[in-house]
Amino acid sequence: MDDTTIIPGPERQLKPHRLLRFLRQEILPTAFCPGCGCGTVLNAFAQAVDDLAIDPKDMVFVTGIGCSSWIPSPYFKGDTLHTTHGRPIAFATGVKIMRPDLKVVVIAGDGDIAGIGGNHLIHAARRNIDITVLMVNNWNYGMTGGQVSPTTPFGVPTTTTPYANVEHPLEAAELVAAAGANYVSRWTTYHVFPLMESIQTALQVEGFSFIEILSQCPVSYGKMVDMRKASDFLRYYRDQSVRAHKAREMSAEELD
Amino acid sequence: MTQRQTRLQAFENRTLFLLGDEAAAYGALYAGCDFFAGYPITPASEIAEVMSRELPRVDGYYVQMEDELASISAVIGAVWAGAKGMTATSGPGFSLMQENIGYAIMTETPCVIVNVQRSGPSTGQATKPAQGDVLQARWGTHGDHEIIALAPSSVQECFELTVESFNLAEKYRIPVILLMDGEIGHLRESITFPPFDEVVREERRLADPDADCFGGEPVPPMSHFGEGRFIHVTGSTHKASGMRDVSTQSVHEKLVTRLCRKISDARSEITRVEQDVVDGARIGVLAYGATARPAQGAVLEARRQGCAVDFLRLITLWPFPEEAVRRLAGRVEMILVPEMNLGQISREVERFTSRPVVPISKIGGVAHTVDEVLAVILSNGARIESPVG
Repeated sequence: MDDTTIIPGPERQLKPHRLLRFLRQEILPTAFCPGCGCGTVLNAFAQAVDDLAIDPKDMVFVTGIGCSSWIPSPYFKGDTLHTTHGRPIAFATGVKIMRPDLKVVVIAGDGDIAGIGGNHLIHAARRNIDITVLMVNNWNYGMTGGQVSPTTPFGVPTTTTPYANVEHPLEAAELVAAAGANYVSRWTTYHVFPLMESIQTALQVEGFSFIEILSQCPVSYGKMVDMRKASDFLRYYRDQSVRAHKAREMSAEELD
Repeated sequence: MTQRQTRLQAFENRTLFLLGDEAAAYGALYAGCDFFAGYPITPASEIAEVMSRELPRVDGYYVQMEDELASISAVIGAVWAGAKGMTATSGPGFSLMQENIGYAIMTETPCVIVNVQRSGPSTGQATKPAQGDVLQARWGTHGDHEIIALAPSSVQECFELTVESFNLAEKYRIPVILLMDGEIGHLRESITFPPFDEVVREERRLADPDADCFGGEPVPPMSHFGEGRFIHVTGSTHKASGMRDVSTQSVHEKLVTRLCRKISDARSEITRVEQDVVDGARIGVLAYGATARPAQGAVLEARRQGCAVDFLRLITLWPFPEEAVRRLAGRVEMILVPEMNLGQISREVERFTSRPVVPISKIGGVAHTVDEVLAVILSNGARIESPVG
């Protein structure tokens, strides 16, 4: 087939999905790469908001810099404060103090939340301020092309660990629990329904709530580890994940 | 009557013996500040201490954040949630705030940042005063921008210029930097509080529903979270609606040009100076902040000794009071600029005159004395009087 041939396709038409009303439809489609997990997180989040019957007028989204910050900003139709890299939790703290009646939600990546903004995460959990943080963990700095991040597993090659990552990843969920948050959970984009329920709980719990969501990045991360399809990651999440109640009965060797 | 009125009316027409830092905090309360986020640092901590004590009594909120990055972030977040917000710091903390000062400029977030300058670079002389952040206040954050910065030179003025900082911030939707110095911040002198109701307070101009918050006029009205407007606030280049557009050259040019021109076009409206001129002056002394005090003392003493000298005190540092400097330059043959740095405003003065501009620099955490400035005035005075010598 000649590469230059343009194959006429069906006109792009969005299915009138009931959750679309939560989105700024005029700017769709999203900028996410093919296979990105951010769309799944957006879907689960919108469903959780719908199920809880929260009026988006009562929500404020605060995000940082990175792919997953785009999940609510600009796509979710709500008040959105798209801030500087690493600082969304600190901005969100100011918003929440002034308007405790609003639900303040931070959605950002592992670079923002666990890396450059890690200190804000610890202190927001210590303060136990009533905000919800979703840390979308794709194990790398995806937007900048796949550099090692504080959550990249040990031994994995990235564009800045070409000889494999010699550092161990931060266990963000455990850190936040230790720092005093009222609700902490960890899910993946494979576990869509439990994730959705977890988001509902996080939005309802008073005090600091935190969900770490493992989310695939087949383009920037996958290219370095030969996991180029979203399904490669989803299978991995399915096979390698252990529910917390089972993990408690397992030995460290079994969990490793 | 609000809690704030009740509390602050207790100060009405009273004269107290306060630190410059404390006066600045009370200025903020008079101006309507209801949110303060900060982090302790010498010589600015007293501002946070007063705010933590007083804000809960006037229906406001104080939060001590984990660092200065978080402090300015929380202030900006609070302002979009409806607050009049302020933070206070000194050199090292001011350095940390630079990125989000740029964010506040780009998102047109009115707020006040007090920098009680201390001796740098780095930790420098942590407890000693300096005026070394004058150009950082102007150019500390990246990208093209304008800023407003004011420099008080008395405790009374710390109060008044804090009120003015809040008013300018609202009027032009821009972060305003109150550029104090450790000398003024830790100076204790008398201050008389005005009646609460006589203080002029610029209130926030809020946009009509559906009106743009990020364009359409030089200073657009803003909106707050939680009003069902679904506003989008971003530090990325954006259109008048607030929605980002980072790939269209004209969108960026239009936005950044407007952000600069809303200040530079209003220069004459914003800038304030204090000037004291005499007939026949051939030397002008230009100073600001703490240094203006020994400088003015030296000018008065020089006149007493028969040397006619003009005096110009800059109250507004940025935007630079170009017209006032040009006027001074038109009157005298030489401008002396005492500063507690190695020559920052003096270079700016050079841009507006072909006359010699002579810095009288002093660093090391000790303020100029009257005699030090006087000696330079008299030696240059003598040289001008007898060019041969």
